[in-house]
Parts: sequence; structure tokens; C-alpha cells
Amino acid sequence: MNVPEYTPALIVAVPLLGAFLTPLISRINDKLRNIFVILVLGLNSLLVGLLAFNIFTKSTPDSPFIYTYIFGAKDVTLPVVRILFEVDAMSIFMAIIASILVFVAVIYSWSFMKENTGLDKYYTLLLLLTAGMLGMMLTGDMFNFFVFLEITSIASCALIAFWTNKAESVEAAFKYIVISAIGALFVLFAIALLYGQYDALNIAVLSNAIQYTFLDKIALVLLIVALAMKAGIVPMHMWLPDSYGRAPSTVTLALVGATLASLYGVLRVIFTLYGNILLEPAKFDIPVNMFIGWLIIPLAVISIIVGVIMALRQTDFKRLIAFAAVAEIGYMFLAIGTGLAAMGTAYGRTALEGGIFHIINDALDVGLLFLVAGAIYYATKEWSLDEMGGLARNMKYTTIFFVIGILAVAGMPPFNGFASKLLIYESTFQLNPILAIVAILCSILLLAAFVKVFHSAFMGPKLPKFKDVKEVPKSMLFAMGILVCIIIFFGLFPNLVLENIVRPVADALLSNAQYLSMVLGGA
Amino acid sequence: MIYNIPYIAVVCLILIGLYALVFKRNLIKMVIGITLIESGVNLFLITLGYRKGSIAPIYTSSPGGIMALPIPQALTLTSIVIGVAVLALMLSLVIHIYRHYGTLDVRKVRRLKE
Repeated sequence: MNVPEYTPALIVAVPLLGAFLTPLISRINDKLRNIFVILVLGLNSLLVGLLAFNIFTKSTPDSPFIYTYIFGAKDVTLPVVRILFEVDAMSIFMAIIASILVFVAVIYSWSFMKENTGLDKYYTLLLLLTAGMLGMMLTGDMFNFFVFLEITSIASCALIAFWTNKAESVEAAFKYIVISAIGALFVLFAIALLYGQYDALNIAVLSNAIQYTFLDKIALVLLIVALAMKAGIVPMHMWLPDSYGRAPSTVTLALVGATLASLYGVLRVIFTLYGNILLEPAKFDIPVNMFIGWLIIPLAVISIIVGVIMALRQTDFKRLIAFAAVAEIGYMFLAIGTGLAAMGTAYGRTALEGGIFHIINDALDVGLLFLVAGAIYYATKEWSLDEMGGLARNMKYTTIFFVIGILAVAGMPPFNGFASKLLIYESTFQLNPILAIVAILCSILLLAAFVKVFHSAFMGPKLPKFKDVKEVPKSMLFAMGILVCIIIFFGLFPNLVLENIVRPVADALLSNAQYLSMVLGGA
Repeated sequence: MIYNIPYIAVVCLILIGLYALVFKRNLIKMVIGITLIESGVNLFLITLGYRKGSIAPIYTSSPGGIMALPIPQALTLTSIVIGVAVLALMLSLVIHIYRHYGTLDVRKVRRLKE
């Protein structure tokens, strides 16, 4: 089955157009607007799904398929001055995650945000955020990447501050915009460094030309640091609990997607942009991949430890989940770092597969937990765990979803978190047993943190002030149900996902040699 | 040496911006710091495309000679537009913060710390 060649452009254009139509439709009717936004995102998810099906079926382990769309021309001409969309398995994999998250967030918003005013702006910004995220993931042009990065940060910052009547929201939003503005500017500086040397902005052309000169090293450090800062790795994580904790739950779900888009940027920079020189010796005959890998691994381990320990002592529900999210980001970086340090070996590949699989699992699990926190807030208007208690009696389904969520995050067997974490434990153990031990211990501590939440929020005697608390509306349950279904499916059939989705993605990342020829064809 | 002056200016702008961001306590001054970094990066992009004695890249009425590379200029324009949007957003957030806290001192704007 083939899709029209302009599908990648449509995937970005549809939410962008929808974003600017939303305020107009909002003038007619509020319900119509909600339906319109859901339809726009549904159509977009369908396009992403079709393109993904196309790419995954055409990819073989030896030659990963890359879908190229050139703006304004039929064929690529050298030198490449046009903007290209280069969609390989990795890009579309991230696009699937982003589409699922935003789609669920919009369904959840139907009831969750109903009492707020200014919802036309809310939906506009949410669609803009979607367009920005998908653009970051699909683009093959470094400057284009920067532009979409800025769109994403502006939209998400405005969304974090959506509850402007709360001082904390505005403060968190200011922190976020400062971090993203600096991050994006340093990304631009790095792009300028690369452009000044190689006279190209296209990722494939740059990746072919890169020499690992002194300026390239500076650019690499700037890109990794800026993007990892936006991905929320310790010690640059301080904005993450604040903005995750203070934004509306639906926005947090979309923010998880935006964070993962930055993580995608890190992967793209390391494996594709600098992919050709990864195995070349840098200094003292140690190859570049060892340097980057062993730079990332300690940061990842610190992220895991700090995230878990901070999660243990939080009393605010959403902040607690946010610190768990920091720990989960640490697991992904641990897997990526192991994959880099052990590049070329079998367990290095396993680590990379585990990391990639963990990206989607983390998005689903942490997303589900944020939605549960939002549901509790909707029912009780409480964020603090000290004030909650006995909610299991009133909110049956939410309790079940929460239990599934914590088991999945902590990596318990029947759910999806187990499958990816097992791959990570297995491979890190072969690199260094201590890493695996830390990872497993922290996973257990994470479960402990959530058991505390479960106990204080859902168990215990029925509190008189929560006498009238009812189960949340159906649209919210439905949104959580979608995530739970995917979690259980991934947990029961991890092999299916690994074979059909994760393998092609790892192939696409590792087989950098074909990237240029696939993109530029015969030109 | 004389041709390196723009690059030295770039480094100075970025360093001054970072200094303002890290050491200044006033939110407005932090915003100014970010704007300074942005100007530095933009100047860097523009400088990359310039050669000595080059003219503006307008093909229709060109008197001949070398032209400045237009792509960095296009990039800079885009970057300036984005910068304005970020600046406006930051300043509006500062206004909101001032309404809530009654101060612009970062040491006092910290209700999030628990």
C-alpha cells in the first residue's frame, strides 16, 4: 500500500491549519470545536499510521526505508538548498507516540477542561504544539528543526501558564521558557557552526561531510547539552517537576511528548548527524562512541537515583509523578549510553532496542499516571497526598487504572514496562553489573514511592469531606482506557512490538551509511 | 585581525547575556540577557555569510562583483521573528508574575520550592 508522496508535509500541515481554524469554529459552538479538534487529530493520527505502516513494511534489516519529501521540487539537486522531510523508522516511531499522546489528551480535555474559559486558545495552542512536535520528528533540515523546536517551546510554555490565576503555574512557565529559549539559541549556534564549515543544513549532507574538527566537537557538545536539557536529564532537570506539576494534566501529557521530541533530537544528532565518525578514534585511541557513551551513562544513573529519591519524599501527587518521569528519562539515557559505549556488539544493540522500546512505554505509563492524577484533581480539587484518602471506594475505575499504571512504571511482569526494562537490565549488566544493580534497585524504590501514593490516596477509611466524590466523566475514563489497552497489549505481546516496530527503528538508527544514499538517491 | 572583530563581538554578546542570566536578580534583566544571547547568535549567522566587499544579493540590479550569501540572512530573519515571539511571551509572563508576587526579585519569586 502506498501513500501520497506529500504525506509527511500533510502530517505537519493538518494540525497547523486546524490550529488556526479552531478560534473561528469556536465562535459558532463549543461542542463543535471539540469535535473538530478531535477529528483533526484523528485524521492526523490516521496519516501517521498509514505512513508508519508504509515505512515499517518496506524496511528490511539491511536497507532501512527512508521516506523523503522535498518542498517545491520533484528531485533532489546538489547542493541541497531546499527543505527536505526525511522520515525513517525512528522519526515515524516518535510521531506515533506524539500522536497517541495528543489524541488521548484532547479526548480527556472534553470534560477535564470544561469549566475553564479561553478554551479556543487552549485548543489552538495544543494543535500548534502537535505541529511543532511532529515537525521536529519528521524534518531533515537542521534549521527547520530549530524552528519547530521553538514552536514547540512557545506553545508548551503558553500551555503551562494556562491557569494564569495560579502564581505557581506562571512561575513554572517562566522557568520553562528561560530554559527552552537558552537551549534553542545554543542549538542555533551549533547549527551555525556546522553551516559555517560545511555550507549545508541538510542532516544527510552534513552527516556525510562531518570531519570531527574542533568546531564539530563544540557543536556536538552544544547540541547534546541543549537537547538533553530540554529532555530533562539531571542536573538540568529542575524545570521538569515544576512545569509537569503545575500544568493542567492534559498539557502535561502533551509535554511528555515534547520532552520525548527533544530526546529524539539527541538520538538523531548522535546516531545520524555524527553517525559516520562514531567509530573513529578520537583521543588516546578511544573511539568517539565510547566518549559520548561514558559521558551519558553517569548522567543517566544520577538521573535515575535523583528522580527516585526525590519522588520518595514528595507529597504533591503530580510532582511525585514528574520525578518518576525524570527517573524514566534516566533509564532511556542509560540504554542509549550503553548502546553507544558497546556499539557493534550484540548487547549494545539489545540496549538500544530496550531504550527505544522504553521511550514508548514511558510515554504511555507516565502519561496514564498523569491522567489519573488529573482525574483525582477533577473529583476532589486536591493535589496534596496528605489531604487524600479512601478514594478507592468512590472511584473504582480510576483506582484500577492507577494500579495498572504504577505496576507498568515500576516494571512488573504482565505490563509493558517490564519488557523494555528487562532488555535494559540485561544489556547494562553485560557492560557493567553495577549499572544493572542500580537500575533494578531504583525500579523497586519507584514502586515503593507509588505504593505510598496508593496507600494514602486510595486506601484507608472513607473521609467525610469526600462523601460526595463521584467517578469521573466517561470521556476521561475512555481516554485513560485507551492508554491502558495499549499498555496491556504491549505487555502481553512484547515480541510482536519488538519484531515489527522496535527492530526497524534500531536498524534505522544504526545503519547510517545508507542514510545519505537513501535520501539523496542518485543525485 | 580586523575581520575577526564581529566574531569577538559575538562571543562578548553571548558572555554578557549569560552573565546577566546567571547573576542578575531582576526578571527583566534576565529577559534582557536572553535577548543579548539571541543577538549574539544572530550576528554570528550574519557574519558567516559576509565576505569583504560583497554586495547585497539582489540579482536583478546587480552591478557585478561578489555577493553576500543570502541563506544566513534568511535564517537570521526567521530567527529574529521567533525571538520577538519568545520575548513577548517572556515579558507577558513577567507581568503576570509581578501581579501575583508584587516583586520581580527572583529570590522572592519561589513559591514552587517545597
